[in-house]
Amino acid sequence: MLDDFLIRAALAGLGVAVAAAPLGCFVVWRRMAYFGDATAHAAILGVALALGFSMSVFTGALVVALAMALTVSALSGRGYAMDTLLGVMAHSALAFGLVAVSFLQGVRIDLMAYLFGDILAVDKTDLMVIWGGAMLVLALLVWRWQALLTATLGSDLAYASGVDPKREQLVLTLALALVVAVAIKVVGVLLIAAMLIIPAAAARPLSSTPERMAAIAVLIGMVSALGGLKLSFMLDTPTGPTIVCVAAIIFSATSTIGLINRNAA
Amino acid sequence: MTLIETRSVEIRHGANTVLHDVNLSIERGEIVTIVGPNGSGKSSLLRALIGAIRPARGSVTRKPGLRIGYVPQSLHIDLTLPITARRFLSLPRRHASADVDKALEQAGLPDLHDRQMADLSGGQFQRVQLARALMEKPDLLILDEATQGLDQPGSAAFYRRIEEVRRDLGCAVLMVSHELHVVMSASDRVICLNGHICCEGKPEVVASAPEYRAIFGSGTGGALALYRHDHDHHHDHACDHDHEAAE
Repeated sequence: MLDDFLIRAALAGLGVAVAAAPLGCFVVWRRMAYFGDATAHAAILGVALALGFSMSVFTGALVVALAMALTVSALSGRGYAMDTLLGVMAHSALAFGLVAVSFLQGVRIDLMAYLFGDILAVDKTDLMVIWGGAMLVLALLVWRWQALLTATLGSDLAYASGVDPKREQLVLTLALALVVAVAIKVVGVLLIAAMLIIPAAAARPLSSTPERMAAIAVLIGMVSALGGLKLSFMLDTPTGPTIVCVAAIIFSATSTIGLINRNAA
Repeated sequence: MTLIETRSVEIRHGANTVLHDVNLSIERGEIVTIVGPNGSGKSSLLRALIGAIRPARGSVTRKPGLRIGYVPQSLHIDLTLPITARRFLSLPRRHASADVDKALEQAGLPDLHDRQMADLSGGQFQRVQLARALMEKPDLLILDEATQGLDQPGSAAFYRRIEEVRRDLGCAVLMVSHELHVVMSASDRVICLNGHICCEGKPEVVASAPEYRAIFGSGTGGALALYRHDHDHHHDHACDHDHEAAE
């Protein structure tokens, strides 16, 4: 069954959706969208380093994404204008990554694969890495769920109940780096943040509790992955961007429903 | 029994010393109110007590296993985060649904289970916050200007509820408040803070202290008169010292 590249692609997409959507809820609730961008864009530098030192792309991306996420996490809350700083870091990381890749012989052709993903080229090893990473992220989120939610509502609220919000931030940072590393092959560094944010945002109007929002986001992520794959096959379009397009269309649909409900109420 | 104690605590924000030489202890079952002008370090002190800021000097000692219930000044819940009153009460630990229902009922909000926190009125929101803080049966309830933004009947009702809670749970209450007359009648002890503890003691002692007058001036004359009136009133009709809060 796994010998069919379409099945492998579908499973890879589902794996990313399962991990990215609930994590994306936290990214949305905590207003970390730029944070996700910076982490994802930094991963291209990791890809360049990995190829240069002939390591696995997953390891390189994970290490650099984690370094970026930790840096940004450490800088936040120290009085910097965060959106500017993150904007600077996200785009410089991407630029440095692109320049670094250009130094490598013969990789130029592959660059598009890392920027926009190459889900149809996912092999069995990739699939194992994607699902391994996704399960790890999911386990982390389930384990820390209550504490993460408390810290998201307010850091003082967390401190008072014995939850260290800095530790929970670290958990999210780690999860983010993992998602970035596993999602590169599927949607590419430019669109990872979309897989985090769009399903979560699309789930918001249909949700009354955080758990419901996370569950619906997973569902929307999965539908987007499968729908995008099918559409890209039918229309002969790049798969990663098509997946994001489907997610975006679902987002507009649920937002409209939300708007109608709000006006009716 | 001392629940929490600070010794020579100093708190700095960058180069600024916000608080210095703060020695304070809270005993079981007492209601202590911190008053002080803006920027006097009231919130910083509370945040040091809950462990959110580390003092630059001195120490904060909690009774081992101390459970703190905390109601912040304002809690901004991002609109992207859907959360019902019922779900909010199950943080940071989950509680049986029957317990949550009971807590909402005791808070006087039996019909708000499935309402979004964002849709609650200011008074309802603060009551839910209080109910959440009480879910863990705290030894010490800390309230940071919890009635800010409530109208007078709203805040009077809120303080009445706190008296009830103290009576039922036997917990100590530490609060920061601007509503001097209510504070004065509802507290066992008042701490007047302005960078350090200027004076502390029973409400009537603090109210007549020159340090307190220097900070709050004559503008509080009316409030004091009201306080004294309330106080006398309660002493005439009730022998115990647990005032029935400001009416």
